[in-house]
Amino acid sequence: MLEVARLSKHFGGVRAVDELDFRVEAGEIFGLIGPNGSGKSTTVNMIAGIFAPTAGEIIFDGVDITEAPPHITLHAGIARTFQNIRLFNNMTVWENLWVAQNSAKQKRTGNPMARWMGGSRRAAAAVEEFLEFSNLAHKRDELAGNLAFGEQRRLEVARSLAAEPKFLLLDEPAAGMNLEEVKELDERLRVLRDRGVTILLVEHVMELVMEVTDRIAVLNFGRKIAEGTPSEVQQNQAVMDAYLGAGEGGSDA
Amino acid sequence: MDDFTWGMVQIVGVHTILGLSAYVILLTGQVSMAQAGFVAIGAYVAGMLTVLAEWHIIPAMVTGGLAASVLACIVGFPALRIRGLMLVVATIAFGEFVRLFWFNFDYRIAKGDIVVGPEGGEGFKQIRFFPENGWTTQDVAVFVWVVAAIILATLWWMDRSRAGKVLRAVGEDEMAAQSVGINLTVVKVAAFTAGGFIAGIAGAIYAHYTTHIEHLNFDILMATFAIAYPILGGLANVWGTLFAAFFIQVIVIEVLRDLGDVRNLMFGALIILVMNFLPHGLFSAKVVRKLKEWMGIGKMSDA
Repeated sequence: MLEVARLSKHFGGVRAVDELDFRVEAGEIFGLIGPNGSGKSTTVNMIAGIFAPTAGEIIFDGVDITEAPPHITLHAGIARTFQNIRLFNNMTVWENLWVAQNSAKQKRTGNPMARWMGGSRRAAAAVEEFLEFSNLAHKRDELAGNLAFGEQRRLEVARSLAAEPKFLLLDEPAAGMNLEEVKELDERLRVLRDRGVTILLVEHVMELVMEVTDRIAVLNFGRKIAEGTPSEVQQNQAVMDAYLGAGEGGSDA
Repeated sequence: MDDFTWGMVQIVGVHTILGLSAYVILLTGQVSMAQAGFVAIGAYVAGMLTVLAEWHIIPAMVTGGLAASVLACIVGFPALRIRGLMLVVATIAFGEFVRLFWFNFDYRIAKGDIVVGPEGGEGFKQIRFFPENGWTTQDVAVFVWVVAAIILATLWWMDRSRAGKVLRAVGEDEMAAQSVGINLTVVKVAAFTAGGFIAGIAGAIYAHYTTHIEHLNFDILMATFAIAYPILGGLANVWGTLFAAFFIQVIVIEVLRDLGDVRNLMFGALIILVMNFLPHGLFSAKVVRKLKEWMGIGKMSDA
């Protein structure tokens, strides 16, 4: 479904991502892990269209989206969350979802008038569904900036879902969550996969990654050092070296 | 009420429209100091249409607004590439460019035994549509407020519709807005275009009630006023801008007239204080929610 080929991003002399290849198949949860600074977020940002890659290509559903800006990749069916939560803080929970939901509806029907022809009511109904799914219905009129941390994470995931994506890029969704919240997230991700959403999960929280993913790619210094099922990756010597800090250059993981 | 009071009513109305023109653009997080330039375009174009072409004020006003919106749309594109302070500097430069254009613009024709039209640095005199057609100060004040009310109502409705949420989303966080599928180019240019149109309308009215305009009317001070209203009033809704225009023009400028130049100092100090202590203005989203809860008015998502 998503194919990344020889993808590179250089910031000056720094090779943040270097000749990266991987494929995510439809319907799987694919993990992308690696020590801090290994290029995971840069990869996500290239797929989402925030950064233009220095080289390589990104193919989604047979369409080349290498150079596509963020709103185009979204309309192609890729939604995302951010490592450091980015909500519309002075807007309510409901409005955060409404903005995202409407963009998706409008694009799919290709008719900007759709929302005046009953589309608006359907969109509102869909927003309710995402409120329920994220367990935020009771907070609908709260300003997003006033939510607790865990709620903000849930809202951000809900907002990305409101665009009704085929593919979800989650950049460290479990960061800062307690064990119980991680369990909840785990369940939600499985529900999403069962609904047919393919997920690329960038994560440090190993309890989540090893439990929920089907396959994992491991990055270190911008290069892929291993790929396989969670159990394969856990036994990989290069991965253990990278995580135990045997690699030179002082990664801080 | 006497003519002086009606005159004040006119001024507050025009300044409200001026503030709303900056409000639309500020919603997307862009600080435009070009509003005085758009006002100047609306003022000169509408003035020439009523004086030289003898149009009625309403089509002249709309045409002035459209002329300003075309320029604003063109300014909107380069403004996409810059933000923050650099955008402020660039829009100031544009405003000055427009002002100096009118400083050098001379186009007069003979009408009866007098010569009328913009006369460069001398300004544009005898924009006499209102007195020639027998409009009293009171009539003009009502006209100003009908226009202001239409713009207020339109923006209030827009704020509650999807378009308003999209503008706000861009103002809150551009990267997040893009990632929910919002096309930044379209939204920012549209905001500039709408802001230009509204500023042009303000200019058209301004030219006609003062009957005499010159390039110096459209200087940085006017641009500062335009942006000060939504900054002081907050972006939660249009009423903050209305309140700020009233407060500055009536309380600070008129009631305290005896203080003379100290008022300018107070105006500056007020902006600095608000920006430091109330970065979202007097009526921020949070304050408005508190007010609504306090008064027991419905919830925001009822829109």
